[in-house]
Amino acid sequence: MKLKGSQILLKALQEENVDTIFGYPGGKVLDLFDELYQSDIRHILVRHEQGAAHAADAYARASGQVGVCLVTSGPGATNTVTGIANAFMDSIPIVVLTGQVQSYLIGSDAFQEADITGITRPCTKHNFMIRQIEDIGQTVKDAFHIARSGRPGPVLIDLPVDIIQMEIEEGELPVVTMPVEKSYVPSVTQCQEALALLARAQKPIIFAGGGVVIGKASQELRQFVKKVNIPVTSSLMGLGAFPASDPLWLGMLGMHGTYYANMAISNCDVMLAIGVRFDDRVTSKVDAFAPYARIIHIDIDPVTIDKIIQSHLSIVGDCKPTLKIFNDLMDSGRYDIPAQQTADWLKRVDAWKKEVPLGYCKGEKIKPQWVIETLYRLTEGKAIITTEVGQNQMWAAQFYGFDEPNTFITSGGLGTMGFGLPAAIGAQVAYPDRLVVDIAGDGSIQMNIQELATAVTSKLPVKILILNNSYLGMVRQWQELFYGKRYSHTNLPSYPDFVKLAEAYGATGLRTDKPEEMEAMLLKGLNTPGVVVMDFLVEPEEGVYPMVKPGASLDDMLLK
Amino acid sequence: MTKVKEKTVSILVNNKPDVLARIAGVFSLRSFNIESISANITKDPRMTKIILTTRGNQVNLDKIEKQINNLVDIVQVNDLTKIPSVRREMLLIRLKVSKENQKRVSQTIEKLEGKVLSKEGGSWIVEITGDADDIVNIIDQFEKFGMDDFTRTGTIALEQIHP
Repeated sequence: MKLKGSQILLKALQEENVDTIFGYPGGKVLDLFDELYQSDIRHILVRHEQGAAHAADAYARASGQVGVCLVTSGPGATNTVTGIANAFMDSIPIVVLTGQVQSYLIGSDAFQEADITGITRPCTKHNFMIRQIEDIGQTVKDAFHIARSGRPGPVLIDLPVDIIQMEIEEGELPVVTMPVEKSYVPSVTQCQEALALLARAQKPIIFAGGGVVIGKASQELRQFVKKVNIPVTSSLMGLGAFPASDPLWLGMLGMHGTYYANMAISNCDVMLAIGVRFDDRVTSKVDAFAPYARIIHIDIDPVTIDKIIQSHLSIVGDCKPTLKIFNDLMDSGRYDIPAQQTADWLKRVDAWKKEVPLGYCKGEKIKPQWVIETLYRLTEGKAIITTEVGQNQMWAAQFYGFDEPNTFITSGGLGTMGFGLPAAIGAQVAYPDRLVVDIAGDGSIQMNIQELATAVTSKLPVKILILNNSYLGMVRQWQELFYGKRYSHTNLPSYPDFVKLAEAYGATGLRTDKPEEMEAMLLKGLNTPGVVVMDFLVEPEEGVYPMVKPGASLDDMLLK
Repeated sequence: MTKVKEKTVSILVNNKPDVLARIAGVFSLRSFNIESISANITKDPRMTKIILTTRGNQVNLDKIEKQINNLVDIVQVNDLTKIPSVRREMLLIRLKVSKENQKRVSQTIEKLEGKVLSKEGGSWIVEITGDADDIVNIIDQFEKFGMDDFTRTGTIALEQIHP
């Protein structure tokens, strides 16, 4: 039997258990879409290819599976680049399938030709161009393996249309070989050394990052913390790895971290850093980061070790098996940390918590932090939260207590405005029965607002909560603090009318500027079936605090 | 203290069309110049060996080495600055040779164990090998004889014993 390239590709995807693709058709992928027409694979038709990449990314974050998107050549492919870079920065496994002009036309400036493998080389973990029909099966196998193995990341496969249209006898297809699984289990000796160092600590801290979430090591981390009784902080990407409701939780550290997390980091004597890459939003001034600490750094990617922060002891390993070994070793009793050894430290950490808790002042207008606190209470902390980027994102990180991993879906490394709405769509596809809320600002929501149509037509009942301050709030805050309140081009007039816009897309739109109506409207919005846009007109010049000034040390915070 | 030093690395890669671009990308991202590069097939035709020299502080060079190691089509990276190895490069020189200087030129070539490859219209092409420092000295010497142009292969290297 003869098989077309497009058939081989779809079969290969199904062998990788792909059941959903986020995509947008076009001239060079017509054959693939023709196959999809009769396929079991669900296709979510986005309204812009950037949305497809973000939705696939969030689908991966929520489900732990590889996200897949499919777009056409040229502009279709280049429109995914922001989404690919976003997944790359946050180590998210996605496979991006791009159409390409006929292989014999490549390099001739053909219509809708773009050198997408060249363009995405620095922002993919790896990419491929398929040059012959026989390579399709192996390439798909390898792409998924690369995307999900080790430190995950995006992989792009460029598909020249003539290869996809070509036919081959099924019997002539080469056998697909399984890629070699590399082991990411560290040696027990390394783990023993780490625990021995930790056991001597008087002021220990655990700093958990996105690697714990991506590495599905959250349970192991919780078990470990129970055994060692050490306070835990995390990066933005690590939120949910450790329950926010736990008394040992310090909140997020870094530029907008809590006072107590930043003070604890700045005074600790041993730091166990797990699945982190010491981003500059975490470390701020590198020389002054954790100045008294001996740092144990665990990460699956050897490149992150000693890249920014010199570790005293490092373990290249997957967080999950590493923490499993830690837990087994702790059970031997040889690495116990005597309670009296850390008692003063735990008291001091608690004192910092009481000294400057996270907070805000109530005012005559709706406070954005209050909306998120109320959302947390009404949803009992059980919603999947996606965010846009800026103040809305930081307030979500600070005021929604994440107890479970994979429930906070945010653009950490790249800081991509416009991520939240397509991300909510991807998360809702992964979890059709869960409440998914996009915490948005009035600026970034407009960067992918067209995806409202996707959510409505694909019956994905996401709730969009806009903290509308008529500003590009975070940039405005920097202008307020560092540019003498010269609000250059950050003032957004109150257009569009988000309620009318929601209605135009077939969604429900709600708005209030009255504090006394806030909770009732939020409750109504969350309980309204279908896609809902809630437009909260909030205090326009509210800032995100604490804030570590760029270049300052972490214990040097603006608190108000 | 970190010092600016030359580093020679031997990179064994899968013989794929874009692997060189990926390696170059790691260098350019960190603002490193590749001083010389040579690539050729190996005993196993599915693989290419790239010998690359660069200059920079050791800490950054080590980071680059780790990043290259992370690329998918990389089989092995060896830092030849840390392993006993023989490093050579080849130089081709084109000289104008006249009756007056012919004898001295020939003596110099002989002394340097060079080889004259062509003699066309008073222009000689001479082949000489040496390590990178030798090559610089040799170019200086031939400058005096009215050297017209030269080209260098860049360093190639091989570990003294199987790594």
